[in-house]
Amino acid sequence: MILADSQQRPTAPRAIWLLLHASAVFAFLYLPIAVLILYSFNGQGVGGFPPHHLTLDWYRILFADAAIWDAVLYSLKLALAAIVIALGFGIPAALALDRANFPGKTVFRRLVLLPLILPGIITGLSLSMLFKLADVRLGLLTLVLGHGTALISVATTEVFAGLQKLDRAQEEASLDLGANYWQTFWRITVPNLKLPIIGAALLIFTLSMDEIAVSFFLIGRDNTLPLEIWGRLRRGITPEINAVSTIIFLFSLLTIVFWYRLRSQSAPDVGMELLDPPHENVNLSTNPNPAD
Amino acid sequence: MFSRAYKTAVTVPPLAWVAVFLLFPYALMFCYSFWSVTPAQTILHSWSLDNYKELFQKPVYWQTLLRSMWIAARVMLFSLLLGYPLAYFLSFYAGKRKDLLYQMVIIPLWVSYLVRAYAWKTILGSDGVLNTLLQYVHLTSHPLDFLLYSPFAVVLTLTHIYTPFTILPIYASLEHIPRNLVEASHDLGATLAQTFWKVIFPLSIPGVVAGATFAFVLSLGDFLAPLLLGGPSGIMISNIVVSLFGAAYNWPLGAAISLGMLVIVVSLLFMSERLEKKWSF
Repeated sequence: MILADSQQRPTAPRAIWLLLHASAVFAFLYLPIAVLILYSFNGQGVGGFPPHHLTLDWYRILFADAAIWDAVLYSLKLALAAIVIALGFGIPAALALDRANFPGKTVFRRLVLLPLILPGIITGLSLSMLFKLADVRLGLLTLVLGHGTALISVATTEVFAGLQKLDRAQEEASLDLGANYWQTFWRITVPNLKLPIIGAALLIFTLSMDEIAVSFFLIGRDNTLPLEIWGRLRRGITPEINAVSTIIFLFSLLTIVFWYRLRSQSAPDVGMELLDPPHENVNLSTNPNPAD
Repeated sequence: MFSRAYKTAVTVPPLAWVAVFLLFPYALMFCYSFWSVTPAQTILHSWSLDNYKELFQKPVYWQTLLRSMWIAARVMLFSLLLGYPLAYFLSFYAGKRKDLLYQMVIIPLWVSYLVRAYAWKTILGSDGVLNTLLQYVHLTSHPLDFLLYSPFAVVLTLTHIYTPFTILPIYASLEHIPRNLVEASHDLGATLAQTFWKVIFPLSIPGVVAGATFAFVLSLGDFLAPLLLGGPSGIMISNIVVSLFGAAYNWPLGAAISLGMLVIVVSLLFMSERLEKKWSF
């Protein structure tokens, strides 16, 4: 409506400037990614214009690089365990925020969200102090506890948003018909929250696979993938890093595509709370009087 | 409808977890900031304000903190300048391509942060893509070496990383604006500029505040971009903390700096929440 409206008015110059600006910003956002991918095929190493001697050698070197794949495996284990912890405590936390009243509720809500916005090093540091005090050796366990704790916020935010839209009548019916809370939780609540839970799991997975600041303080002898890449960057840059980055990028793209297909199949209006715009308001604005 | 037992079952485990793995560690860090370390690298559990005194007396600490805030402020400004018009375009002019373009803002967020910082390093280096391109087209005859290892490189990279974070809340607040308000403004004879400055922009301020806070707070505590692209003049406060916990081995002083950052960040969040509330409708 507003588009049609603004096209009737003499807005062409403004729209063109905005379009140019938008194109420039998109170029700024995507250019580094394009350069990164392009130079993963460059036989002459990273940098140097124009790229030439295009080759797949860096990918061959990468696939034979055992240290990288060990790190990938380690990061995968870590991310999956982080998902279990973050969902295992984040879902109850969302239920508690939605349904229970307890002293310190506001403080709790803010505290849970803090690791998402606080510099990662503060969370990493304070946890490493805890583990030193408790005499826990740094390794996979400390990483899992760190990532799990830092990412509870993601699970809580997504599931809480899902709960706000949930109609409690089904749960009520289930309880009235004699199911206990446990059965109702698994058969009614969780299936109804399928999408927010999967969305949260995907976000937690991606964030954990990319996490550096917290890992930096909690890592033992073995490297996570980002810290392995980080260690190599400090020694010098090779297109092998471009190659592994390209693969990570493709993997992330697949995750997003998977998410949107899943969402459009089951409930197109359910968003990822941390990333999506408020869809219902778009509808509201096109029909200012929903009663008729 | 939910029994007491149900409420206890969903409340106690997350509460206990957060107490042990978030609240207690933050409290521990608070204690550490008053302790000290002996030359033999054992932690002395005696309480004093020496670490805080050192922060204020040694210029390197507060100067680095100020520089970090200056870098974060620039990142915030550039992210808003890049992000606001884009969000405005998406919300009011993108038409049918709105959803697709919105997804295009989000996709870079899924790309590893480290990977994007690394990409800028390969672009800005003295043998990097930009320098060799400039020489290839004969714009320059030798590499420009101020591009990499400078605060400029850090600001550029952090702006690249946090611009999508500012676009999301601004876009959300623009989408919230009832379109009939905009139409009413047009119908009553306001020009496009008047409508923008008197109707649209004021109503989008909560989104601007949220986006600005994200950009500032997230870049203030960053330590990877400065290490990777900053060089000696681009060192930020988190880098000092990292070195105090590693080679320099002074956890108490590092804890004091971290606590300072924590106070700054939490008060900024508090302020931005107040501002958002004040301007929301």
